[in-house]
Amino acid sequence: MTMPFYVPPEQLVKDRAEYARKGIARGRSIVGLEAEEGVVLLAENPSRTLTKVSEIYDRIAFAGVGKYNEFESLRVAGIRHADVKGFQYGRTDVTAKSLASAFSQTLGNIFVQGTKPFEVEILIAEVGHTTGEDRLYKVTYDGTLYDERGFTAIGGQSEALSDKIGESYEAIPTIADALSMAAEAFRVIEDREIDGWEAAVLDRDGERRTFRRLSQEELAEI
Amino acid sequence: MRDGLLPLDAPLPGSSFTDLLRSLDLAPQWPAPTGGSLSDLVAPEATTVMALRFNDGVVMVGDRQATEGYSIAHRRIQKVFAADEFSAVAISGTAGLAIEMVRLFQTELEHYEKIEGVRLSLDGKATYLARMVRQQLALAIQGLVVVPLFCGFEPLTGTGHVFTFDVVGGRYEEHDFGAAGSGSREAKAYLRTVYESESDAATAIDHAIAALVAAADQDVATGGPDVRRGIYPNVVTVGPDGLRDVDEEEIAASAQRALEIMR
Repeated sequence: MTMPFYVPPEQLVKDRAEYARKGIARGRSIVGLEAEEGVVLLAENPSRTLTKVSEIYDRIAFAGVGKYNEFESLRVAGIRHADVKGFQYGRTDVTAKSLASAFSQTLGNIFVQGTKPFEVEILIAEVGHTTGEDRLYKVTYDGTLYDERGFTAIGGQSEALSDKIGESYEAIPTIADALSMAAEAFRVIEDREIDGWEAAVLDRDGERRTFRRLSQEELAEI
Repeated sequence: MRDGLLPLDAPLPGSSFTDLLRSLDLAPQWPAPTGGSLSDLVAPEATTVMALRFNDGVVMVGDRQATEGYSIAHRRIQKVFAADEFSAVAISGTAGLAIEMVRLFQTELEHYEKIEGVRLSLDGKATYLARMVRQQLALAIQGLVVVPLFCGFEPLTGTGHVFTFDVVGGRYEEHDFGAAGSGSREAKAYLRTVYESESDAATAIDHAIAALVAAADQDVATGGPDVRRGIYPNVVTVGPDGLRDVDEEEIAASAQRALEIMR
């Protein structure tokens, strides 16, 4: 009979975290900001078709960085979770909080029990009817859930981007201001030509599905 | 969701909401009884909905009345629904089953669009709806019939289309107009005399509402515009700018004109 090698839990968690962090550091970042007319998500993304930001439900959006197949499977799972819940109960019963908590549980489980941890960080944004009701949740590779206020970032440069935006984010900005603030932070932190933008807005005054992608023309100005 | 975890291992093909519900054992089902019959069972029924094409889109109209045998069950029931941004669906037959079918259909279209990142083609939506009708066949044989009507605008070709269905899930594209429900024969007879394919939206709405008034005149189960209670038909149009709920004042004015003509 072969005995499995004993690996102390501290070492196991440390190794897995390091592995996941390395993967995420290679990915390009995404920022989310609360604004007057809604919530804005801005990503650096050279591809026009492989999106990182997408719609989950009426007032909820998803953004993911890291390994494409991994955050894509999480995105699809999130849509399934939301649609099943909205169909079984009511459309207003689908909330970012329960969704973020499901993502957190799922990632936490994979981190401990999976053959390898997911190399992803995800952002769940929800637009409220007033600015005070907006929600930004960030979930990291190990399932840790952060409830953020005003703005947040995910990806390799998330901390630097957050700090940079924090310098200029005071009162709640308009969408145009939020976009240029975020774009400026990207330029300063990355210190290179940006490869292409992808952005979407959750429109505060929208009646049902509030998610809207910004076209390349709209993004040309930022 | 089981254990609060996300369903990462959901079925193939991955973009169907109905298949997802089925895999989770949550799909709505009305098992047809093996013994006995449903003939004594009374459920509210909805009647007379129609859709017609105009120069750059389609208009869909439905009356508001549901009947239970010889009595009126509901006076303000909704029979015309937005399926998504570019299509509408209307129902006739057993109301309870039909409304649930519409809800599932709406979620199906939205679910597909979110997962795939593109909307289903109009043809694809009609095919899917036909499949949903076919699945009700066992109940239809027992007397609980659901027959929808579907219309929409295809942005790819820039044209409006109308689809009718039958109990077994047959799907037929109509060249000019289509109708379903007990008053559909009268409605179609009226439309046949006035229909012109190159009319504008306002004329098409007038024709559709007049056809509904004509149907209500002959068919006891169809409720015409009720001026006394202020109950008017549901009317939507679908065109290049998407689906629009027609304002109630516009509908009321059109209904007034139709009632004048019929007098």
